Amino acid sequence: MTTVAHRRDPRTEWIIRNRLHPQHEALFASQNGPVRGPTGLIRKNPHNVGFIGPNGLKRIDRLEGNSSNVISINRQVRQVIEPEKPLHKVEQPDFHILVVPDLAGGRLTEQDKDVLGQAHTLANVEGSKGAVVAVIFGEHRETGLDQAGVDRLIHLEGSDYEDYCPELKLAALATIEQQLSPKHWLFPDSIHGGADLGSRLAATLGERPAVQAWQVNNQQATCRAASDSIDINRETPKILLLAEECADAVDETRHEVLPVTVDELIGTQTTLTDHGFMAVDPNSIPLAEAEFILAAGNGVSNWDLFHEAAEQLGATEGASRVAVDNGHMPRFRQVGATGTWVTASVYLAVGISGAIQHMQGIGQCQTVIAINTDANCDMVKRANLSVIGDSEEVLKELLLLIKEYREALSHAA
Amino acid sequence: MQPDLKLVSLLSTGRHPKSGRACRANQDSRALELAMKTSSQVTAVHAGNPDNNVLRQYAGMGLKKIAVLDLPETADPTQSLKHYLDEQSPDIVLTGVRAEDGESSGMLPYLLSEKLGWAMVPRIAEIQSIENGKAKVLQALPRGQRRLIEVDLPFIASVDNSAAEPRQSAFGPASRATIETISTEIFTDEALAGWQLSAARKRPKRLKIAKAKTAADRFKAATAKSQSKGGTLIKDKPASEQAKAIFDLLVTESVIKQP
Repeated sequence: MTTVAHRRDPRTEWIIRNRLHPQHEALFASQNGPVRGPTGLIRKNPHNVGFIGPNGLKRIDRLEGNSSNVISINRQVRQVIEPEKPLHKVEQPDFHILVVPDLAGGRLTEQDKDVLGQAHTLANVEGSKGAVVAVIFGEHRETGLDQAGVDRLIHLEGSDYEDYCPELKLAALATIEQQLSPKHWLFPDSIHGGADLGSRLAATLGERPAVQAWQVNNQQATCRAASDSIDINRETPKILLLAEECADAVDETRHEVLPVTVDELIGTQTTLTDHGFMAVDPNSIPLAEAEFILAAGNGVSNWDLFHEAAEQLGATEGASRVAVDNGHMPRFRQVGATGTWVTASVYLAVGISGAIQHMQGIGQCQTVIAINTDANCDMVKRANLSVIGDSEEVLKELLLLIKEYREALSHAA
Repeated sequence: MQPDLKLVSLLSTGRHPKSGRACRANQDSRALELAMKTSSQVTAVHAGNPDNNVLRQYAGMGLKKIAVLDLPETADPTQSLKHYLDEQSPDIVLTGVRAEDGESSGMLPYLLSEKLGWAMVPRIAEIQSIENGKAKVLQALPRGQRRLIEVDLPFIASVDNSAAEPRQSAFGPASRATIETISTEIFTDEALAGWQLSAARKRPKRLKIAKAKTAADRFKAATAKSQSKGGTLIKDKPASEQAKAIFDLLVTESVIKQP
């Protein structure tokens, strides 16, 4: 092996060291690799890091491309690119674990996701692999079933399932039980119908369910009982009604959501007839429970119009602290950290700019709509739909639209 | 008020939410209140110890008599209650949603409905009307909503917390009421022997797990305000167009109720 002798060029070295030299840039660029100082130590050029950003300022990327969120520099098109999660595949399941989510409002609730997570902990047994099958009745609006951990999906479509029909659903579940003979049935122990359906299935199959189970593995289930004062430790039964936060939701994998067909359902006799929802005075519903809130802030001047809009929309009234302090609304209508923490699925904020205390109070709202004159306020940033304009005009137009809608419906009927 | 209707209200021992002492159960007393408002022929039934003092609290609501199926704590009351209800053949049986003591699984009304072959309506708030062998009941739903359900008699219903408040319990009627003990066959709850009961452990609070890989991401996660990702902004458009956009969203979210 021959070694190539390098002849040092002190002049070039000097030029490279001297960043004020006119030839410095060109020579520096031609030399890749570390620059060594006169003593042989590697020298770092502190002036040569980073790049010039779009607004002419020097930016230094200290993450060196390690950031998980690659954010484009253009602030107008802020877009977070998430890396795709690995796909969890179950080709030949040894057993099935059935989950019947509530899908309150057509979407998976937090509890549904936790129950699906629990199903996956029960499906991972050493030596065999189970598939998590979700049973969904009627129409739904959930798009993240694969992210939530649904390996197989039994979607029973039909308008019959839209109303309250526990007997029909029970008959369907009994058919599925015969066809798949699952290892476990998992229900959320909730007031959205999960507890009802689970209890019905348990009574029909003659199984004793674990109710309000909050810690479950393949051997043991721990259930809360006697008004949350005792824990019952028991063998994990076939049917489980799971409490909130029973397990962590599926987070790191995608799932296949393969459709599974069910045998023909036999028509069942129903003893319950659903006559639909009763008209409830929206203002009699506690603010924390209300589903649809029309909230007013400092930007509202015509209060009669606001109250009329709330009545026509069928919305519960809310208010920001300013509106309450100014005496336009009673104290118990106040939304926010100092008032009520609301859980509405739709929150329509009129003339509320969004103080941080108010934003905390609406943290759990799914859809936020803002009507405001200021396009830069926090409420507009949080909102799913923001309308920039005079609230009075927009509310008037909204009232007209509702009247038209109601008339069209009454003509059709 | 329907005087010719026979109602049975099932009573259980409650647990005071603060002190943990035995007292009348919230939902059961609401169920009894609903039964007493609906008909004058109400039979109150308890399955358990006839010397239980809590029964006097129910009696103080204006009951002349409470029937008690004499059962030890380890017994399964379902079968005994089924026999009792078969004999009585009531039109409506009312229970609470979930007992405040014991296993509190809320399964009893479902098991009875399965055994008797009756309909079961969960979480009712009110009985609106009873005509021609059919009852119209209001079911309490989350978010203060009510659903009207028609059901054939006889049926079992569990009564929700949003039903009318129970009347006060008075001392005089409580001490005057008679407790009728009915001895029945005892079916032992065998599964109970295999269970371990312990005082409730504190449940761990769910922590926010930071999935961020770098310090900058963690900092961002800790300090970021909640912001929606795909919020649409409508600006410089006529008010009618803006109102239409809001209205369409309200309709797709199905919050606008039909008249």
